[in-house]
Amino acid sequence: MNNIPKSCEVAIIGSGPAGLSTAIALKKQGIKDVWVIERFGDAGGNPRHCGHSPFGMREFKRVYFGPKYAKQLVKTALKQGVKIALNTTVVSIEKGGLLTLSTEEGVKTLNAKSVVLSTGIREKPRSVRLISGQRPLGIMTAGALQSMVYLSENKPFERPVIIGSELVSFSSVATCRHASIKPVAMIEENARPTAWAFLSLYPRLQGVKFLNKTRLVEIIGKKRVEAVRVETASGQLETIQCDGVIFTGQFTPEASLARLGHLDIDTLSNGPLVDQFGRCSDTRFFASGNVLRPVETAAWCWQEGIDTAQHIVSSLNQTLDVNEKNIKIATRSPVIKFCVPQRLSYTQDIKKVDLQIRLTRKAKGLLGLYAKNIKICEKRISGLPERRIIMTISVDEMKLIFSSKENLELRFEGS
Amino acid sequence: MKIQETSSNYDVIIVGAGIVGCAMARRFTLEGASVLVLEKSTDILDGASKGNSAILHTGFDAPPNSVEHGCIVEGYQEYIQIRAKLNLPLLETGALVTAWTHAEENLLEGILAKAQLNGVVDAKLLSAKQTLLLEPELSSQVKAAIHVPREFVIDPWTAPTVYMLQAIKNGAKLLRNAEVKSGEFNGDYWLLKTTRGSVKCSTVINCAGLYGDKLDALLLNKTSFEIRPRKGQFLVYDKAASRLIKSIILPVPNDITKGVVVCRTAFGNVLVGPTAEEQQSRDDASVTRDALNALKAKGIEIIPALANLPITATYAGIRPATQFKDYCIERFDDKNYISVGGIRSTGLTGALGIAQYVFKMYSSASKKHQPLGSPLYPSVIPIAESEKRDWKQKGNEGIVCHCEWVTQREIKKALTGVMPAGSLEGLKRRTRVTMGRCQGFYCSAQLSQLTEGYFKEPIAKPVKGGVNE
Repeated sequence: MNNIPKSCEVAIIGSGPAGLSTAIALKKQGIKDVWVIERFGDAGGNPRHCGHSPFGMREFKRVYFGPKYAKQLVKTALKQGVKIALNTTVVSIEKGGLLTLSTEEGVKTLNAKSVVLSTGIREKPRSVRLISGQRPLGIMTAGALQSMVYLSENKPFERPVIIGSELVSFSSVATCRHASIKPVAMIEENARPTAWAFLSLYPRLQGVKFLNKTRLVEIIGKKRVEAVRVETASGQLETIQCDGVIFTGQFTPEASLARLGHLDIDTLSNGPLVDQFGRCSDTRFFASGNVLRPVETAAWCWQEGIDTAQHIVSSLNQTLDVNEKNIKIATRSPVIKFCVPQRLSYTQDIKKVDLQIRLTRKAKGLLGLYAKNIKICEKRISGLPERRIIMTISVDEMKLIFSSKENLELRFEGS
Repeated sequence: MKIQETSSNYDVIIVGAGIVGCAMARRFTLEGASVLVLEKSTDILDGASKGNSAILHTGFDAPPNSVEHGCIVEGYQEYIQIRAKLNLPLLETGALVTAWTHAEENLLEGILAKAQLNGVVDAKLLSAKQTLLLEPELSSQVKAAIHVPREFVIDPWTAPTVYMLQAIKNGAKLLRNAEVKSGEFNGDYWLLKTTRGSVKCSTVINCAGLYGDKLDALLLNKTSFEIRPRKGQFLVYDKAASRLIKSIILPVPNDITKGVVVCRTAFGNVLVGPTAEEQQSRDDASVTRDALNALKAKGIEIIPALANLPITATYAGIRPATQFKDYCIERFDDKNYISVGGIRSTGLTGALGIAQYVFKMYSSASKKHQPLGSPLYPSVIPIAESEKRDWKQKGNEGIVCHCEWVTQREIKKALTGVMPAGSLEGLKRRTRVTMGRCQGFYCSAQLSQLTEGYFKEPIAKPVKGGVNE
């Protein structure tokens, strides 16, 4: 199965929803030689260990749990003639589409006309969050816990605390339940959960305390986690006995290949910098799915893969303009967490463009896209962090942008 | 497992398998002595040795004519001599002692003079312009610097591990989970009672690091130094940061501390640290948010581009400092006992030199041994980026840790053999597994399976009756 050739038309790095949907769409459009490179022993990406629903509504018109959904994606891809190389790690990317691979047989190289980065996303570990304390056993991310429980049938603790209240945080309550782990509390710094407010009822239903306005200060324990120290809303320090800490959410793109390679990185999204076609700073490289930004649903990534495939086909047919000059979209507003794409490339065939935007905090006001001091378009928002915001630039506005040739700035006015 | 080894009489028992204990075991074994090493922890390098800055020092700024300076010079030379045969890496970085104020700039002359006095004659003064030419990513605020071309970076774990493995390969014995509880010297030999049974030897060498003064007190009823634990916290940046600098960036030291260093590691990351915090506890290597934030700010002040790079890891180490500026190495003739205390910041470089120094001290009074004619060399897992990593080789059984590219074969090797990893920490130090940017997000599950049954403190245990649907 792993008979990887020396060269191929399109090499896709990562076999999650985005990678597989890109591959499937490319095959459907008649691209012969599509290889998906997967470093794990099984394909499907993060949904493999998301033991919850709903997955697959948009893709398969029915509801799956994560592992089943991942299997369905892989089955569809293989049926379309997509070739998947498992247990194969891309260790570096280079100009010209050259990939260096590590396999069980040693190092190989693969030369592709187009390369797609669909390496997905992971959670920020304890270290990046600069949490105080020693390094006892029992500290992990929700994703690591999921794979430990669902893929290895192991459990690292019995009574952990859960840090964060994003969707994945609630999903980790479910993961715990599957393994008969009883979380002690769910801890959130803000007044309300990052995910939907009604979800704060869910842990309570499972017998887990939801502590809002509470901040993790320190992890206590040397060999194993013994307790955590938290600061409550009133500024008091409290100790919660527990034997584990699950850090959930605060996703970050797994964009190491781009960062260690030659591609530009956006310091806001932490993913590769792309134009409206998902093209990276080296136009032979594309990116799709959650490697672009933290974080979207599997269905969204799946659609992104289909769109990216379209642009790759145009690129292979040389109908996608390659122009060194393009327009940058920047922001200096502390309210704006990121904006993807970060660049607009000139094209003959002008189409509308959707900007994906996220906020750093709860905000209400007006988003405006400016070329110097001329407002190109605007969008009224009233939103929370981690919620999808789409700002559409119409065809006419795109024409205006291309004729002005000015770089763009995304601004926010409001509270 | 209890042992009764009182029938065999070792020439020396080394207490403590930190960097110094490992180098000591190697030196004494190669010189022909029979050696037993006692380590109270589940694995070697579990105390002060687990968190340092991995620099191979020339000793340019050490106190001239000190024991420390002598050991650094000898240790440095021996490392360079043996490293090829032991497959130990060397990052030929060089160092810059950087001045950021006019006051600091004025101190450079003195540092240069000290370097000359210490025999580091290739150190030279650079202007701001020359400094920035050498290190373009350095903040343009730099005023001047001293270039020390032979300050290098090494792999802080493989080096001492190889010292110990070579000792074992040539006959030394290592007992882990063996804490010394009491000891008697009868004028001829020592009888030590440990948590793993009783052992006998002619000479005891105290390499107990952070507990050195306590061991002296336990066995001699006196000690000539007092350990004053000094904690150092570090930040580790993503491998992408290693493009930013070539040299080790040192500050101008003050009376209290050598200050915050920015340097590459043998594993391709960039390190910022340490702090210098006096504390009571000898085993609390906690990191603290405020100190880490301060280090982050300091790093960005020195290399502005660090602001755009992710942090991979944080850690803290505890240096066994004492009330004295120099190492505290002393022989107690009437007791056949040598105490090797107060080996702080420079221990990684100094270890091989310290071992030579102590062996000389020992052999001037004790019986003579026949040095090994052709010592055996161990094979280890090469984990530094510059080495022949296993992921490049055939039959590696696939990568498990995707950030550090640690293979299944490497993990299996580290869990078996003459000195298998006794804990996850030990496995990390042998292979670097989980030490990369995801800190175990991708590999914890497989790792929990691969390590099942190997550790006293397991990573995880099986879900009873399987996972509920």
